[in-house]
Amino acid sequence: MTEELKAAVPAKFPVERFDAIVVGAGPAGNAAAYTLAKAGLAVLLLERGEYPGSKNVQGAILYSDALERIIPNFRDSAPLERHIVEQRFWLLDERTSLTSAQYRSEAFNKPPYNRYTIIRARFDKWFAQKVEEAGALLICETTVTGLLRDNAGRVIGVRTERENGDIYADVVVLADGVNSLVPSRAGLRPEIKANDMALAVKEVLFLPKEMIEQRFNIHGNEGSVTEIAGGITHGMLGTGFIYTNKDSLAIGIGCILKDMKKHRITPCDLLEGLKNHPMVKPLIAGSEMKEYSAHMIPEGGYNSLPQLYGDGWMIVGDSAGFVNSVHREGSNLAMTTGRIAAEIIIGLKAAGKPMNAANLAAYKETLDSSFVMADLKKYKDVTRLFESNPHYLNSYPAFISGAIRDFLTVDGQSKAQKQHKIFQGLRQRRSLWGILGDAYKFWRTFK
Amino acid sequence: MHIAVCIKQVPDSAQIRVHPVTNTIMRQGVPAIINPFDLFALEEALRLKDRFGARVTVVSMGPLQAEGAMKKAISFGADEAILVTDKVFAGADTLATSYALGAALRRLNETEPLDIVFTGKQTIDGDTAQVGPGLAIRLGFQLLSYVSSIDRIDPSTREIVVHRRAEGGVQVLSSRLPCVITMLEGTNEMRFATMPDMFRAARFEVKQWNRDAAGIEDIKQVGLKGSPTVVNKVYAPQPKAVQAEFITGDTPMHQTDALVTRLFADHPKLAADLVAHLALQKGSSK
Ligand SMILES: Cc1cc2nc3c(=O)[nH]c(=O)nc-3n(C[C@H](O)[C@H](O)[C@H](O)COP(=O)(O)OP(=O)(O)OC[C@H]3O[C@@H](n4cnc5c(N)ncnc54)[C@H](O)[C@@H]3O)c2cc1C
Repeated sequence: MTEELKAAVPAKFPVERFDAIVVGAGPAGNAAAYTLAKAGLAVLLLERGEYPGSKNVQGAILYSDALERIIPNFRDSAPLERHIVEQRFWLLDERTSLTSAQYRSEAFNKPPYNRYTIIRARFDKWFAQKVEEAGALLICETTVTGLLRDNAGRVIGVRTERENGDIYADVVVLADGVNSLVPSRAGLRPEIKANDMALAVKEVLFLPKEMIEQRFNIHGNEGSVTEIAGGITHGMLGTGFIYTNKDSLAIGIGCILKDMKKHRITPCDLLEGLKNHPMVKPLIAGSEMKEYSAHMIPEGGYNSLPQLYGDGWMIVGDSAGFVNSVHREGSNLAMTTGRIAAEIIIGLKAAGKPMNAANLAAYKETLDSSFVMADLKKYKDVTRLFESNPHYLNSYPAFISGAIRDFLTVDGQSKAQKQHKIFQGLRQRRSLWGILGDAYKFWRTFK
Repeated sequence: MHIAVCIKQVPDSAQIRVHPVTNTIMRQGVPAIINPFDLFALEEALRLKDRFGARVTVVSMGPLQAEGAMKKAISFGADEAILVTDKVFAGADTLATSYALGAALRRLNETEPLDIVFTGKQTIDGDTAQVGPGLAIRLGFQLLSYVSSIDRIDPSTREIVVHRRAEGGVQVLSSRLPCVITMLEGTNEMRFATMPDMFRAARFEVKQWNRDAAGIEDIKQVGLKGSPTVVNKVYAPQPKAVQAEFITGDTPMHQTDALVTRLFADHPKLAADLVAHLALQKGSSK
């Protein structure tokens, strides 16, 4: 620390100084702080919530791989709900029918399991405890309000809302989530646009274990995941889900914020619609609501990523917008980006190099050659595709469900007649060129 | 001046749910907090620290997890924290709790004489309000319960004057130190910890006293063994939906009239008694 700085701080209190300060104890911040602390760095993890996870919302599916690379034996102590053995994809129309694809495999039923349901309030708390055990200092109920900079504009620490709240560090890792105000206030990240942001609402419904097992055809610690799309979103870009916990269900639905504004549909209306759909209602009947929450998801993807590092700072997880909305992956990208950022810092520290932009650029380079950027690049146009072609969400799901209904109805018409009628139905919704064009665009975007 | 504040870590009862099928309490995942009533006691002690430079020690009997509550108290500005913790303390009712806490406080008093012991009015998980008075008896200190404010303390004469909320009014009581004060809720507002205090708390090592450290020889007096209280049954009362009635009338007088008639219809004895009482009064005032 410079002499001017030392002089500026009231002598009554010891100046707090760390190798790294991590802002936010979600998956990204915990992963970064854990990795840094394990390597012996002096780390401070700051969280504004009452405890880590108290404010955090996720479905929530945990992808083992990302965590395994940080805490290999996490299964021994992490609060895991159920391992996933079955995945259902549902196309729900607005209020009557369901088209579904289901995948279940005994391969998913052999440890080490690949995916689990978790409850974030418990999971984040556990993760942060591991961070503390690794030697980092965790301080909760403390909101970071801004970044401290030196005369040259380099980030040298954070300011908190508390009295005598300035804390110094060689590098600040911003892991403060989607609503992240710190980087946007500091001008490090532009405000996220409404068409890049999804708003999701979720309820946790208590239901006795036995009932969950009966209704979802699972046993012991097996779990099932249901991903839902179709008319249930009223033609807006979005999806819903039903996940099984040990003795509760998580049910939620989210749509792009801009669409919600345009359609004037509130998130709670959407969720009520989903809960009252005749295909969903019996699954949740008799349950008691334990928790209701709403949260944003940054879905801008690759094209919306901000500058990821600078002199004395790096940005990781949701705060940077690392979310793969097609696969509903966020927490794993958060953990991976948090870990990689930490590894870069550890390398620089070991080499005695300064935490400046030129050296921290290695963070972006490492990400570029990892699955994180590869996946985000692959789907970079998905949101735009749906945004400029809303009929994907309106016409096709309704068409598919109508077509199957016609096909299965035995009413004296020949099968050839039925096929003809179905095709006519499609032609009424889209021209032949339109259909071919849609197919091509869809293939281009998802290939 | 040395002040002890007794606090308890409790499950946040606002977040406890009753199992819809088995009707049992679901404690899982419910966050632990400092008993909200104790925060008023702690803040009052911290104000005395600000005024008189008193030293504030927080004391709690509980499991190791209660360290969280102790550290939190440190972050607000307490100087020392002692967690009285031992397997033999498990299952304690208020009698056994005040025995164990009382022993620990007596031990503390031997090395650093106590002037005031604060507790909250009661806990939100037991609602008994018995531990504070139990401590006063065991320590042989004056008891000032349901205190709403401390008017003054004279360190030289050791006189203390407090306001005590009682049925029908406020009592102004003068007493002598050392005393036990059970603090009423809503009497002050907990301060916002400074960053240096947050750091101190995060690094603080809470002292752990087992039964030997607390000077407890007779383990029949603590924990389940020392607890005569028997919980016969725990149940969730069935929610009763009572249809609200609306009493109408053109003027307030008509409305009151209708209300009284309505109440009298349900409670004929009350009506008869009241009429008799009024008749008697009328008779005597003549
Ligand atoms: C309904 C829903 C379902 C989802 N389902 C899945 C799923 O099934 N699988 C999956 O992988 N992902 C899912 N996601 C995405 C996933 O939740 C996020 O990608 C993930 O939580 C990002 O982690 P993070 O650490 O970057 O941010 P967060 O988890 O948001 O953590 C940020 C932390 O920073 C703290 N903070 C914020 N500002 C400050 C400040 N100024 N000072 C101090 N602390 C601060 C916050 O309190 C918070 O603890 C879902 C999201 C939603 C909303």
